[in-house]
Amino acid sequence: MASWTPDPTFYPSPRMAMSAPAEKLGYVAILDTTGVRPDALGVVDLDPSSATYSKLVGRVDMPNVGDELHHFGWNACSSALCPNAPHPHVERRYLIVPGIRSSRLHIVDTKPDPRQPRIVKVIEPETVFQRSGYSRLHTVHCGPDGIYVSALGAADGGGPGGILVLDHDSFEVLGRWELDRGSQNLAYDFAWHLGQDIQITSEWGTPDMIEDGLVPELLLGGKYGHCLHVWDLRRRRHLQALDLGAEQQMVLELRQARDPAKAYGFVGVVVSLADLSASIWLWHREGDQWQVRKVIEIPAEPAEPDQLPPLLKGFKAVPPLVTDINLSLDDRDLYVSCWGTGELRRYDVSNPFEPRLTGSIRIGGIAARAPHPGAGPVNGGPQMVEVSRDGRRIYFTNSLYRVWDGQFYPDGIRGWMVKAEVDDAGEMRLDPDFFVPFDDGYRPHQIRLEGGDCSSDTFCYP
Amino acid sequence: MSGFWAWAGLAGLGAFHGVNPAMGWLFAVAIGLQRRSRAAVLWALVPIGLGHGIAVALTISAALLLRPLVGLDVLKVLAASALIVFGLWRLTASHRGRAGMQVGFLDLVFWSFLMATAHGAGLMVLPVLLELPSGEAGLDSHGIDAHAAHGPHAADPAGMGVSEAGWHALAALGIHSAAMVAVSAAVAVAVYSWIGLAFLRRGWINLDRLWALALIGIGGLSLIVQAL
Repeated sequence: MASWTPDPTFYPSPRMAMSAPAEKLGYVAILDTTGVRPDALGVVDLDPSSATYSKLVGRVDMPNVGDELHHFGWNACSSALCPNAPHPHVERRYLIVPGIRSSRLHIVDTKPDPRQPRIVKVIEPETVFQRSGYSRLHTVHCGPDGIYVSALGAADGGGPGGILVLDHDSFEVLGRWELDRGSQNLAYDFAWHLGQDIQITSEWGTPDMIEDGLVPELLLGGKYGHCLHVWDLRRRRHLQALDLGAEQQMVLELRQARDPAKAYGFVGVVVSLADLSASIWLWHREGDQWQVRKVIEIPAEPAEPDQLPPLLKGFKAVPPLVTDINLSLDDRDLYVSCWGTGELRRYDVSNPFEPRLTGSIRIGGIAARAPHPGAGPVNGGPQMVEVSRDGRRIYFTNSLYRVWDGQFYPDGIRGWMVKAEVDDAGEMRLDPDFFVPFDDGYRPHQIRLEGGDCSSDTFCYP
Repeated sequence: MSGFWAWAGLAGLGAFHGVNPAMGWLFAVAIGLQRRSRAAVLWALVPIGLGHGIAVALTISAALLLRPLVGLDVLKVLAASALIVFGLWRLTASHRGRAGMQVGFLDLVFWSFLMATAHGAGLMVLPVLLELPSGEAGLDSHGIDAHAAHGPHAADPAGMGVSEAGWHALAALGIHSAAMVAVSAAVAVAVYSWIGLAFLRRGWINLDRLWALALIGIGGLSLIVQAL
């Protein structure tokens, strides 16, 4: 229902959003790996003064088994304040929670009790297929004119993947977004430059390339995604493909500059076939054209074959596997998850062309197996990373994607969510008192913070 | 309604439209922020005012064309009923404009035209316009429709009436649009230069809902006046 004043979690500019109050709750996608129980959306207490700090204080089970919850997002955010399509009197209230395997969409209401969210609507996979032609739903973003959801492929498991649009109010699937997709076939993440009317999309692989595990032949053949696509957001047309080179395999998470006046952003590449390194690339506009260049390269770390899973034994090295990145609201700090080596890095990207490494946390890792200061030995590594709006708290989990988890961590990932804090001097360290274990075959994936976080909102004002 | 109050009402409605961020001042501020220029804020209000004016002018023209056909009294009832229906629709439905942020002059004219039309800006002005007293050949119930009913003798006075009604409509449009643009400019410059956008977080009250209530209220009032 419409309210009289804007939702207090909407901020005109990313700078203003940095003054938001600290989050007290976080929502986390929980994946069941036993195959007999439904996935769930968990609620974690993030308030250090609370008796249940760092505990899972609520959860809502999905109605079916096998959805594979992955990414999710809010129904509305600061883009509601955009001047071209203003609708600020809606609530940030519903979480749009897709199953990446089932293609089922769950609409979860976080009110009246944010600790006990409820499922209020379910859109079945058949409806998604029928209305959009897409399946395997991934990223969710709240836009000025609708809720956009990316999809990895078509209903039959092949391509093309793309974006579908949900109605703001009814959450019904309106259809596919693209009018002219040009050369684009693979899909994964998407991001907006609202000030430039530009959308960027990235590439992973079609469902049949990923759902039975990473296929070494496809990887070595350079068949996974290695391009970015630039789109006219207003006319829904493909403008440009930016090829990073076929050796750059899996071009995943997109983090555009939060300031809408800036025309650049960062994308993580999982692995280079040349040397198993991972990298961060910068896309930026030069005149009318968009360009891309590598700005960070993270080398593989040598390891003994007996420390490595079968997939990597021959290489005698651990690839960093950059699987997620995040950018603070002041466009200064870029956080980089190295899921393979078990490291969370922070770079100062005030000058986006010249990033500087300013922090590192080691936890887990295929070979390193670094412990958590409060919980001891852990496995898996930093994966989905989310940052508080003020940039002081960083939360992350350790599961990537069920079938791929086992290829890199054959022992099976024991799920956890941890928190790092940034002190006044800018030092980043793990909070020993914050360790959320997910036992019994449950694994956590994306985290969303109450009221918004560094990757939930897109802004129209600098 | 006396002449003064009708003219004041037209200006007041212009101010009411101007103060609504969804009618354009906020877009002007955003463009100014994007280009880092106060001149850009003011310049953006030219196409925005133009689009608004065209939307209102179209509604008024439609009413002027309908008048000789249905008569003023029926027209007033029609306009009032349309307002109420439109207001109820605005209360329940949610409508969002679709435009980019990289906009040229014509884009802004079109956007503003669409926003004003979708909000029923012209409809809201209509009842006040129809209350303008206008002498012997004017817009009230002794106006052209009365003459038209008298058959052949009405030809000349009716012509006079139409042209006078046209001038009145033009003046009404001018006053309404001038007030709308002046208020938009004042708010836009104040927010851009001094107040800052943080104001939006609390200050942006739900004018769309007030707007819908205003549509219904003006329509209802107009119907009551007709019934008296």
